[in-house]
Amino acid sequence: MRVLVIEDDSDTAAYVAKGLKEVGHVADCASNGREGLHLASTETYDVLVVDRMLPEIDGLSIIKSLRNSGRHTPALVLSALGEVDDRVQGLQAGGDDYLVKPFAFSELLARLEALVRRSDIEVPATKLKVGDLEMDLLARQVRREGRVIELQPREFRLLEFLMRHSGQVVTRTMLLEKVWDYHFDPQTNVIDVHVSRLRSKIDKGFSDPLLHTVRGAGYVLRAPE
Amino acid sequence: MVLFSTSALLLLVFIYWSTAGYMLRQADETINAEIKGLAERYETDGFKGLTAQLAERLAAQQPGDSSIYLLTDANLSPLLGNIDRWPRVPEDARGWVNFRLEGPESERVHTARARAFALKGNFYLLVGRDMFELQDTQHLIVRTLIWGMAITLALALLGGVMMSRSMTRRIESINRTSREIMSGDLTKRIPTTQSGDDFDALAENLNRMLDQIELLMDGVRRVSDNIAHDLKTPLARLHRRLESLRGRESRNGLNQELVDSAVQEADGLLATFNALLRIARIEAESRREGFGEVDLQSVLCDVCELYGPVAEEQGLALEPPPKTSLHMHGDRDLLFQMLANLLDNAIKYTPAGGRLRISVNAANRRLAICDTGPGIPEPERHKVFQRFYRLDQSRSSSGSGLGLSLVAAVAKLHGIKISLADNAPGLCVNLQLPE
Repeated sequence: MRVLVIEDDSDTAAYVAKGLKEVGHVADCASNGREGLHLASTETYDVLVVDRMLPEIDGLSIIKSLRNSGRHTPALVLSALGEVDDRVQGLQAGGDDYLVKPFAFSELLARLEALVRRSDIEVPATKLKVGDLEMDLLARQVRREGRVIELQPREFRLLEFLMRHSGQVVTRTMLLEKVWDYHFDPQTNVIDVHVSRLRSKIDKGFSDPLLHTVRGAGYVLRAPE
Repeated sequence: MVLFSTSALLLLVFIYWSTAGYMLRQADETINAEIKGLAERYETDGFKGLTAQLAERLAAQQPGDSSIYLLTDANLSPLLGNIDRWPRVPEDARGWVNFRLEGPESERVHTARARAFALKGNFYLLVGRDMFELQDTQHLIVRTLIWGMAITLALALLGGVMMSRSMTRRIESINRTSREIMSGDLTKRIPTTQSGDDFDALAENLNRMLDQIELLMDGVRRVSDNIAHDLKTPLARLHRRLESLRGRESRNGLNQELVDSAVQEADGLLATFNALLRIARIEAESRREGFGEVDLQSVLCDVCELYGPVAEEQGLALEPPPKTSLHMHGDRDLLFQMLANLLDNAIKYTPAGGRLRISVNAANRRLAICDTGPGIPEPERHKVFQRFYRLDQSRSSSGSGLGLSLVAAVAKLHGIKISLADNAPGLCVNLQLPE
């Protein structure tokens, strides 16, 4: 995927660009708002990473003017101010996701991939399939190797999110935001307990595990190779 | 009011005394002058001259005239005059006689004041005045003064009530603004009436003080934002470098566990930093942009649903909250954070086999989260909401000591009152929601 990083802190920009290149993506960098807006409106990118506080034109204004000119490239807003209304402002301005600095690169990557994937496949699916695991969204039923697996409503939503992002790393924070729909800062890893319960239901007794833990990042649901 | 009526009364008494007293003295002087005149006439023209003068005066008297004359011989038998007999009242120390007039025409009792005078040759002369008119005037003065007093008091009362009303109203407007400011809206100002009175001066001074406070608060916020920006960046760099070490340990022979624990330490440091800044920002929050109508019951259910499995893993029984309807104005994410921190604490400190209970009283707008853990000793209860405060027995367990500070900040922002109570054994956290 092709990413534009608009960030005035050269260290952060280099870190993000280098990380993206290491995993095989293309990254361009702009160090001020004017240059960033110019690149974003003339070149084609899959996703934008925009810092909120930028010299010349601030991040939210860049996103607003892009949206006004009809460009809907998904944008992730970076900010050092981690407050609730800052996030609300960021999303109101047309940003698609919000991440507070400092962040782990794995968190940023997971979110960028989710944003790009979302703009690809937002077609309403009725069936999801990962390996031999099948989910029927209409009948709200999950089967693996033809065996019905009973899930609680929240476990069903958790699995649905993982299946929609199969092959991608999803972080704990992403799960809290997308599955539980709360932006908050858990003092303990509450998500791990939910994931391990789900894992015991979909992986226990089957030869190939589907749900993997990615150290230092989160989880990935992946069909065996 | 008492002071005012007393002084008004004193003033009226003084007015009465000076006017009525003056009239009385005036009457006395007239009598004295007449006596002097008659005595001089007697000196010059003898008895005949005196009687002629008296007869002349009596003849000239109109009905309703108040002069009284009586001339007697040595035995006090009347010779000439307009009263029948010498009054049977003794003289007072200054030679004055006060007596009652008994005329046939007088329906009301008239009193008179007179002075006796001995003439050479054993004649006695009594010159006096019917005091009826004077008394009438005095009564009139008293009545006028009483009415005046009554009207004055009524006006004073009315004025006082109106003044205190307007005063109460203005004090109340100052109080209302103060309350709004205390609840976090620092942009509020006390209204002025443009009349330039003392209250306006007070309001203007208070408003200037508030401007100053707002400026300082903004300064604090800017400083903390700057700290966040300046300190978080190097911390983030440290975190980043440690993270990038992770992928290379096999090549360079680095100890993977060491790198992992260093990353964890950096994570912990950043989390504490974030939590501190977040509390500071929530505490300084005056704008409530994220506020809306929150279904607290569903937030509570979501918290229980999220933490239920964690409690179960720890061998704790978590009773689901009763189904009621409970709404409030607030920030959904912050309220979730508050309840999550409280439940997280309860789970952390309650030993296996314990029970956790969440009770909701929708009618009284009260929530309680109770556990059967060790509880918090009474003297320490008010301290646990302070930053970094930890009970001695919990120092060894994980956590930053900021969880309850964040709870307190969120509660204050929403006007929720928190109190800690003994669950015998355990702790009950009671939350009283605003109306």
